[in-house]
Amino acid sequence: MSTATTTTATGTGTGTSGVRSWKNPIILSVVALFCLVVFALGAPGNSVTFRLSEADDAIVLPSLVVSAPIIGWVCTLVMLALAVLAVVRTRAGVRTPTWVPAVFAVLFFIAFLTWVVGSARTPNVALYGLLAGSVTLAVPLIFGSLSGVLCERSGVVNIAIEGQLLFGAFAAAVAASLSGSAFVGLVAAAAAGVLVSLVLAVFSIRYVVNQVIVGVVLNVLVSGLTGFLFSAVLSEDSQRWNSPPRLPVIRIPFLADIPIIGPILFEQTIVGYLMYVAVAVVYVALYHSRWGLRTRAVGEHPKAADTLGVNVNRRRFVNVLLAGVVAGVGGSFFTLVAVSGFGKDMTAGQGYIALAALIFGRWNPIGAFFAALLFGFATNLSNVLSLLGTPVPDQFLRMLPYVVTVFAVAGLVGRSRAPGASGIPYIKG
Amino acid sequence: MKLELIGITKRFGSLVANDHIDLVVEPGQVHSLLGENGAGKSTLMNVLYGLYDPSEGEIRVDDEPVVFKGPADAMAAGIGMVHQHFMLVPVFTVAENVALGNETTKAGGLLNLARTRERIREISDQYGFAVDPDAVVEDLPVGVQQRVEIIKALVRDAEVLILDEPTAVLTPRETDELLGIMGQLTADGKSIVFISHKLREVKAVSDVITVIRRGKVVGTAEPSASTTELASLMVGRSVSLTLDKAPATPGEASFRVRDLVVQAANGQRVVDGLSFDVSQGEILAVAGVQGNGQTELTEAILGLQDHVSGSITLDGVELVGRSVKDIIRAGVGFVPEDRSVEGLVGSFTVAENLVLNRYDDAAFARGLSMSPAAIRKNAEEKIEEFDIRTQSASSAAGTLSGGNQQKVVMARELSRPLKLFIASQPTRGVDVGSIEFLHRRIVAERDGGTPVIIVSTELDEVLELADRIAVLYRGRFMGIVPGTVSRDVLGLMMAGMPADEALAQAHDVQGGDL
Repeated sequence: MSTATTTTATGTGTGTSGVRSWKNPIILSVVALFCLVVFALGAPGNSVTFRLSEADDAIVLPSLVVSAPIIGWVCTLVMLALAVLAVVRTRAGVRTPTWVPAVFAVLFFIAFLTWVVGSARTPNVALYGLLAGSVTLAVPLIFGSLSGVLCERSGVVNIAIEGQLLFGAFAAAVAASLSGSAFVGLVAAAAAGVLVSLVLAVFSIRYVVNQVIVGVVLNVLVSGLTGFLFSAVLSEDSQRWNSPPRLPVIRIPFLADIPIIGPILFEQTIVGYLMYVAVAVVYVALYHSRWGLRTRAVGEHPKAADTLGVNVNRRRFVNVLLAGVVAGVGGSFFTLVAVSGFGKDMTAGQGYIALAALIFGRWNPIGAFFAALLFGFATNLSNVLSLLGTPVPDQFLRMLPYVVTVFAVAGLVGRSRAPGASGIPYIKG
Repeated sequence: MKLELIGITKRFGSLVANDHIDLVVEPGQVHSLLGENGAGKSTLMNVLYGLYDPSEGEIRVDDEPVVFKGPADAMAAGIGMVHQHFMLVPVFTVAENVALGNETTKAGGLLNLARTRERIREISDQYGFAVDPDAVVEDLPVGVQQRVEIIKALVRDAEVLILDEPTAVLTPRETDELLGIMGQLTADGKSIVFISHKLREVKAVSDVITVIRRGKVVGTAEPSASTTELASLMVGRSVSLTLDKAPATPGEASFRVRDLVVQAANGQRVVDGLSFDVSQGEILAVAGVQGNGQTELTEAILGLQDHVSGSITLDGVELVGRSVKDIIRAGVGFVPEDRSVEGLVGSFTVAENLVLNRYDDAAFARGLSMSPAAIRKNAEEKIEEFDIRTQSASSAAGTLSGGNQQKVVMARELSRPLKLFIASQPTRGVDVGSIEFLHRRIVAERDGGTPVIIVSTELDEVLELADRIAVLYRGRFMGIVPGTVSRDVLGLMMAGMPADEALAQAHDVQGGDL
């Protein structure tokens, strides 16, 4: 076989170093053109006022007054430049740096906010209220996604966050009403979350039932059960069963007076403070403790953990129960903080949004925290805007958090990588 | 530490995987366990490592009986195991992997990885491992990952190390390095249980060889025993290790590949500009360590890869850009590397699996309906012809042994007139008896005038079958050499040395048994 060709030369020298993905440049270009039409050409002619503090606050900051057309044009032009940059880089076969879509997103956000507030009947919005409200709305999402982190990091998919939140909310309302103490309600909420978790753990770990199916079934079950009890018992005598006292807001003196972030960080109920503590504790524990190392190992490569003497299924069981505590406490937010009293299906899909926050946050507690905040902000913005009276129909604004979710989960911000063994039951041998 | 297994029996239902096995591992010894796939070596080691409970028998450490309820007990007793499929968490760093299960902690259960890193550096320096504790495991080459596994055992003060088929994933050079490390370990008084079916390696490192067949110890041998002796002990009958094949009589070069590039989703060129021809009536073997582009090359030919550029022609017809079905219809027979995932549908019957690519052939189907009688008749013929050991044509394919599953795949692919035959890892996990048979069928196909491409990571197989050998390294051919080339040359090429340099160097240093 003397005709053997031993060519090892490269191809025809197209010079590409990667499979060119046109996803980013196309999306950026389309969005930038949209901004050009709407935010720049369609900018309202007036100026927009962002209030940074209330008149009677301890420290009063001046309001931020900006011109809507100027902001619209500046942001749009920079966004167009970024889109062009992305196109050029992609055409040259070079990877677009990650800061490009990040800066783009921030500019879009500023342009959108300015435009939408500027177009309102009263172009004046309290920025501090917008942020504080976002955090408040994000509280159950954050608890829910932390619950997801605990489960999925150890290899169990938790679709039942919705059910845990709802059952937590229900138990908190009933227990607090009966005992007259909101704190009893808080404990009951945690117990209720654990109860849902227990069913999830027994079926998915002990009996190796498909985890997604168990989760979905649990959500339907909890919705049905609480719905029935609500109409059969709670509505009959709501004074006795469904009038829980609210958790008191604990204000930390001086710190709470810091403009903008003061009320967010230092003027919360115990559930709000617990949320910050939970994010920090789960983060530190997950990445810097023995528990965390074993949890992550069990979620990534259970067999490896098993050969090193880690009891995989016990670890998963415990983690799923812990997740129940976290989500249950999150559920108490609905009935002990947000409103006083349980309503049928009052969690309204927040558990699923929490799941999205988990993925958006790349299975990292801090990431999930910020993702949940983003979703909270989107919800709050739509609330505030409908009050201000914007040209955008109310229904569209209320779709906003879900649109954000779809884009986030579709991997707009890079590929997120689930724990290797998430959703796969571990069977020894 | 002296380790004894006395009368170990392990049953799974009616299957006896280990039948009263006795084994003594003396300190400072390399004790090899030789046996075919499925002989019960891994089961025995899983018993020893506490992963399975023995049905009968006793384990003694320094003459004291011990019971291992789990790997933790075995590790505490000084037994460490390097599994065939590494038990490393890919996204963890080396230090995290080593610490797992054996963590040193500060107050509050917080990890003290600094201590673990220090231990890794100590061991790494002692044995010359050159392992960085902060490297992420999935970024490390396989040989280094294996060292991490060894470090894991050593950190836990293992006195007996079990190495389960450790050389299966290594290049010849890495294998040599591993054998060197094993020498250092035994010099330190550690003992090693070396599990392998590669006779050459077993002969090179062992102090004692125990041969296992069908769950029983069938004998012990000295390392000085000949390979034929060891092989017949292992298989239970005399086997010819060399294949009698006539020299190739290559005809027209009907299969041509030009400038073939396959890109992975991340843009990496996993196949990087390959050009080669395969003639009718010749076998081209593609050698190389796993993961150097072999999978992508074969899948690109069959049309299973995205992002393919260049040209692949069969009898002058361009294949790039055509559908898999068209390519199969063009006369390409393909045996995929993982038969249980890609070659068969395990829950389908043997008969159905035998017509998977011809289900709509006029012979087996009319309009919307299949003709079960024809399918069954075809199956019975193939079972006879290929000596497929199955209860019946209607048994599920997944219930067959690895060798017989492979015969099903091979029978299906070879039972129609081919213009090109590609077989990836044709004998991986197949018993020695079936290997002979499968090899003969491949050579028969060649002699029938079909161009044949064999992809294999086993040098023995490559050398036995190939008329020409192409060595793939990081998506490129290091050269195409005649089938009679020495193992040394191939070893150097598999480590990334171009053919001419490898030939020159191997010429300078003759010797080197491995």
